[in-house]
Amino acid sequence: MEIRDICEGTNLLEVKGLEVHYIVDKDVSRAVNGISFVINEGETLGLVGETGAGKTTTALALIGLLPMPPGKIVQGEILYKGTNLVGQNERYMRKKRGGDITMIFQDPMTSLNPLISVGNQIMEVVLLHENLSKLEATKRAKMMLETVGIPGDRYNDFPYQFSGGMKQRVMIAMALACDPRFLIADEPTTALDVTIQAQVLKLMNNLKKERNTAVLLITHDLGVVAEVCNRVAVMYAGHIVENGPVEQIFNDMRHPYTQGLFFAIPDLDSESEFLKSLEGLMPDPMHLPEGCPFHPRCSHCMEKCKTEVPPNLEVTPGHLVKCHLYP
Amino acid sequence: MMSKSRGKNSVMKDVWRRLKRNKLAMISMILLIFLFLIALFASYMIPYDYASMNAAIRLQPPNGEHWFGTDNFGRDIFSRVLFGARYTLIIGLGCTTSAAIGGVVLGSIAGYYEKFDNIIMRFIDIIMGIPVFMMALSIIVALGANMRNMIIALAITNIPAFARITRAQVLGIRQQEYIEAARSIGASNFRILTRHILPNAFAPILVQFTLGTVSVILWGASLSFIGQGVQPPTPEWGLMISAARSFLREYPYMSIIPGLAIVVTTYALNILGDGLRDSLDPRLKQ
Repeated sequence: MEIRDICEGTNLLEVKGLEVHYIVDKDVSRAVNGISFVINEGETLGLVGETGAGKTTTALALIGLLPMPPGKIVQGEILYKGTNLVGQNERYMRKKRGGDITMIFQDPMTSLNPLISVGNQIMEVVLLHENLSKLEATKRAKMMLETVGIPGDRYNDFPYQFSGGMKQRVMIAMALACDPRFLIADEPTTALDVTIQAQVLKLMNNLKKERNTAVLLITHDLGVVAEVCNRVAVMYAGHIVENGPVEQIFNDMRHPYTQGLFFAIPDLDSESEFLKSLEGLMPDPMHLPEGCPFHPRCSHCMEKCKTEVPPNLEVTPGHLVKCHLYP
Repeated sequence: MMSKSRGKNSVMKDVWRRLKRNKLAMISMILLIFLFLIALFASYMIPYDYASMNAAIRLQPPNGEHWFGTDNFGRDIFSRVLFGARYTLIIGLGCTTSAAIGGVVLGSIAGYYEKFDNIIMRFIDIIMGIPVFMMALSIIVALGANMRNMIIALAITNIPAFARITRAQVLGIRQQEYIEAARSIGASNFRILTRHILPNAFAPILVQFTLGTVSVILWGASLSFIGQGVQPPTPEWGLMISAARSFLREYPYMSIIPGLAIVVTTYALNILGDGLRDSLDPRLKQ
């Protein structure tokens, strides 16, 4: 395993105090509540959390695809190479998307246009972002297909002629065709079966290393995180409750929620008959509890937790925890 | 199942393969192609001039010389029916094509850009709220009764159907993940709409096209029948029926023959439209 730089390396993307609300009529759903993190060049950050924790909302905000309305970035900055992406116009974002920042979606079955051949879909990205002739773009698309392990002579095949895993490879080829600096992968393996998951992850990881692409990997699979991530951010009810290098989080998790997540992984050696689970449900983003959002489910809950939002505390270098347990 | 690499338009090929299995639709299509050829080459095919009158041979029932008989002015009905195919097709396709273009543009804007949705669709509702015949008649009365104005009137009355269908399709398709994926690679709105959404919305629009052509042909015939459409001596089928109505009791062939021509054409279009709808439905894909 290579040495993982935590604090060094050039910082590619920096999110500062990002707050996203969904506003429908008068109801405000607070999906993301002031999150901050940094992704360096070539680094993989895993964003982990339950369904509804705000992971996808964060991703959409980063790439500028948040549906607005109802979505609204209330506060915060998204700095990509020092430029704030919040409030940029559509034209500017369009240039960035696909060229600098790309995204891989959860379900490869529905992420490809059924009426356009896979080759032409890859070519489309290239043509949109690079000043190439159609012929050169076709060549590049063919090359990309081969890079992800699909024979180039399947260029003219249509999505329905591919299996799920192969479609996800096509998506990866599409996402990486213009050599982006930053890739958002929104649960890229959730819809695939386990054997294919490993293949796809390995492929993503290799390509990422070859091209030194930074990746934000959204998942709720801690196994995936352990395999490919350098750093992990744990999200709960729109907050990043713990953020740190992957070994730190796996060996020395501090936040009660992170601990809960890890203890929920079934242990093959244990005798226990039941799966361990965290009591309770994630709070409704329309009625978030006062203080720490996790306090109603927390076994260490103190009086302070019910009123005060805990600050971000650096327990060891690069390892941040948002909990009153750690003064 | 994985199949070997196939040609470029394999989606269209699949559709064609499924359509070929539908015998009635194929017969209808051949019939319509035949009608199209007649319309194109009618002037070389007709045995007599469709407009020349001859009192000596008026009101002849079908016979060896005049296959479909002659009308009250002694004009050859066979020649008139053949020539009439041209007008029927011009009216049918002309109206439906312009209505389809207008409707698809309005419908896709309404479906894609939320801020225009209400304005466009309420306007469409207003047009839909007026009975077709009233609407068409008022436009024709305002513009003057001739074929061109009738086509304009019928095109306008047919826009709502296309607009509604297109909007519904666009609303559904734009939620699809591949549209988000297209956006994530930096495609512009125009590109997403024309390259990713509309091709996927094509099937129901095509079906509406065939069915719309049927209704336009019938409305055209009706308008000509009451004298507000194509003007005599043009051999439009509706107009021929209209002219024959006072001879209905003694010389029924005069109205039955152009009537049959209308029935056969519209029936063929209907069957083909149904067949296309079935073969374009991706759920039937094997």
